[in-house]
Amino acid sequence: MHEWALAEGVVATAIKVAQREGLREITEIRVKIGELQQTDMEIFEFALKEIVRPQTALLKRAKFVFEHEPAMLKCRVCAAEWPFKQSLQELDEGESESIHFLPETAHVYVRCPSCHSPDFEVTKGRGVWLESITGER
Amino acid sequence: MDPRLGIIEERLKDVKRVIAVAGGKGGIGKSSVAATFALMLARAGHRVGLLDLDICGPSSHVILGISGVAPMEDKGIVPPLVHGIRFMSIIYYAGDNPSPMRGEDISNLIIELLTITRWGPLDFLIIDMPPGIGDPTLDIIRFMKGVEFLIITTPSKVALETVKKLVKMLIELGSPIIGVVENMKTDALPAAQGSIEALHVPFLGTIAFDEELEQAVGDVDRLAKGRFAADLRGALASVITAGGGGQLV
Repeated sequence: MHEWALAEGVVATAIKVAQREGLREITEIRVKIGELQQTDMEIFEFALKEIVRPQTALLKRAKFVFEHEPAMLKCRVCAAEWPFKQSLQELDEGESESIHFLPETAHVYVRCPSCHSPDFEVTKGRGVWLESITGER
Repeated sequence: MDPRLGIIEERLKDVKRVIAVAGGKGGIGKSSVAATFALMLARAGHRVGLLDLDICGPSSHVILGISGVAPMEDKGIVPPLVHGIRFMSIIYYAGDNPSPMRGEDISNLIIELLTITRWGPLDFLIIDMPPGIGDPTLDIIRFMKGVEFLIITTPSKVALETVKKLVKMLIELGSPIIGVVENMKTDALPAAQGSIEALHVPFLGTIAFDEELEQAVGDVDRLAKGRFAADLRGALASVITAGGGGQLV
């Protein structure tokens, strides 16, 4: 996913949760980021700062904590498991860029290293997940 | 929580109407209708987007002869304006390669597309749906509040049987149905109108089987001037006017 869209989603969801839970201030937002997203953390953190800036009352002290999860793939045909990093090395720049924007296009470009099937599942490290939001009522 | 779901509504807030062109089975002309409808709306001066959600078999770009363009990055993805249409499709990222994906992958991809795409203000966002009542149909009902369904069928018994299931499901889910268009009408088969009206949904009209449609694929001027477009215009004109969207010319 594009970093800016991701940052917008994180902030919008955090605000919705804060409103639902009656928080007057958010102090911490924990975000798990799957490797398949290939998120550029510098751009992501810059986008977060820019998006948070107008939300001063609710988010002025909010600290972002990131957890990175390596992506693992498992072949549905031969049950082989392998790290996405291994496949990434074999992709060209355009293919890698496509997966960056739409992670599911991994199924277009990545093949099982054992049987070459495109029918695999992403067992870990696929998405971005808002793990927790901490705040004060 | 999935942070993507928090932003989809925001992405669509400036879109007046979202119309999903759907059908119970493949090969009934959904993509031709969706692409031609978008083209006609754009040529009538409306601000139009076209989203090809037939992830495993995208074809809107072929029908409209779209190639050599790419979305622009600007705090998300801005679809290119082609023939007056903001056009978004997996083809920008998958190219001509097959997209071998299962249900969960397709759902994730649809959510991702809805999250990253910045449509801007639109009068109409037309969606070219994959066939059937599976994950993509359920996903857009879930994520695109107020989406209206334009249903396509052919006079064939098989197509009509699958349309019945689609209509029943949409009614059960409370999704607005604009009506049903009968495509590929020939004299060899009985008209679908009676079967459609028995479902208590509007029958909008018929599009005659057009032998010249294939020659118009990829040529938007020929497509817009052909019999297929003329029949489609006849079927949908009242819908657009009734919906406050102005004239379909």
